[in-house]
Amino acid sequence: MNRVAVIDYGMGNLHSVAKAVEHVGDNLHLSVTSDEKIIMDADRVIFPGVGAMRDCMGEIKRLGIDDILRRFTETKPVLGVCVGMQALLEHSEENNGVDCIGLFAGNVMKFDEGLTDESGNVLKVPHMGWNKVKQTRSHPLWRDIPDQSRFYFVHSYFALPGKEEDVYGMSTYPNSFAAALAKTNIFAVQFHPEKSQTLGLQLYKNFLDWDGGF
Amino acid sequence: MSLAKRIIPCLDCENGRVVKGVKFVDIRDAGDPVEVSKRYCDQGADEITFLDITASHEDRQTTIDTVSAIASQVFIPLTVGGGIRTLQDIRNMLNAGADKVAINTSAVKNPDFVRDAAEKFGSQCIVVAIDAKQVSEEGEPPRWEIFTHGGRNPTSLDAVEWAKLMVTNGAGEILLTSMDRDGTKNGFDLALNSAISAAVSVPVIASGGVGNLQHLVDGIKEGQADAVLAASIFHFGEYSIPEAKEFMAQQGIEVRI
Repeated sequence: MNRVAVIDYGMGNLHSVAKAVEHVGDNLHLSVTSDEKIIMDADRVIFPGVGAMRDCMGEIKRLGIDDILRRFTETKPVLGVCVGMQALLEHSEENNGVDCIGLFAGNVMKFDEGLTDESGNVLKVPHMGWNKVKQTRSHPLWRDIPDQSRFYFVHSYFALPGKEEDVYGMSTYPNSFAAALAKTNIFAVQFHPEKSQTLGLQLYKNFLDWDGGF
Repeated sequence: MSLAKRIIPCLDCENGRVVKGVKFVDIRDAGDPVEVSKRYCDQGADEITFLDITASHEDRQTTIDTVSAIASQVFIPLTVGGGIRTLQDIRNMLNAGADKVAINTSAVKNPDFVRDAAEKFGSQCIVVAIDAKQVSEEGEPPRWEIFTHGGRNPTSLDAVEWAKLMVTNGAGEILLTSMDRDGTKNGFDLALNSAISAAVSVPVIASGGVGNLQHLVDGIKEGQADAVLAASIFHFGEYSIPEAKEFMAQQGIEVRI
């Protein structure tokens, strides 16, 4: 039995994450929960999120999710998705500045508006749609996913990690930004695997098989 | 630049069935939105838009069930529009598995509804659908106004100003339909689309009037659209999604293949 907890802190749409994981999981026991015991008893945790960072961190702290994640990642794997990834950094400049969980060194910044691509077209914010992800380091979660595959993104803020060695995937819009971060027991992606068709499902499948190492 | 321009097939549904006809030769039930969505997803559609044109409010549960069934099998973004009037409507759709909701008439009736919705659920899931019609005469600088109820009811709202207000209120994307072009197969209203796209910071989806693949290219190159939405050219099998993408790629547009 593979016990998976999708952390529910009342922010955003966890149903698509749960549906995607159910689609690829064998012998799965999936809980969408904020209950500390259920989370700590799980074999692995998915930490999604959408919405504004101040509201997210408010709920994360109120429910003690930050502390739960710190303890959980000492021994078992966590996958952060979108705002779930951003919340794992130290600080976000969203909502006039919000302190985050700090499992990765670095900050979360807003995309500048009015930037242009090489043809002079103004780039819209949010960065929305299918963009290429360059796998800057090999990782078990990239198994059977070709380098430079496209994944679905929707975000106005991006991670600026403090340590280059934490970066496992990069995208550009128009400047490079971190699309995937990893360290022992943590993999985190800015894009939405649950909305990225076959290759996104593959990433969830890889996470269900991952022991947290490299 | 590596963000792909998106192709979005649109399904009009009534009481849980696709209307306006879909003709895939090898599909069992062309009226089943789940089968049709799955087919488009397998073909490489970048998103699906589901427009509920069910007249009566009592049948909303059918729509919710349909959205839920699609979301269990289709792992690309799903936008649901039609009849979104309250925050509870939005919550119901998101809980059923929609990623975004498109708000049209309710935004015109109460622009603050968009603000409330964006604050509650985040701009990333709030699409404002704008139906615009040209109101300027030949020779005048072009001007468009917002119409509701399928283009029947004028509102006297200027389309460009309205789009800007909606983005200020928190819209994360604009779905822009030209009522002059919708159903004509004469191509998008490119002047309308580029005027709105230049006026707002968020992505704009061009809609209304696609009759061939060159129209998709024009919508992106001249209309400055970030995504193109079409229904009939895909439904009736005139063109497949891979054909559309290949054609766009040949014209130098970055697409997900």
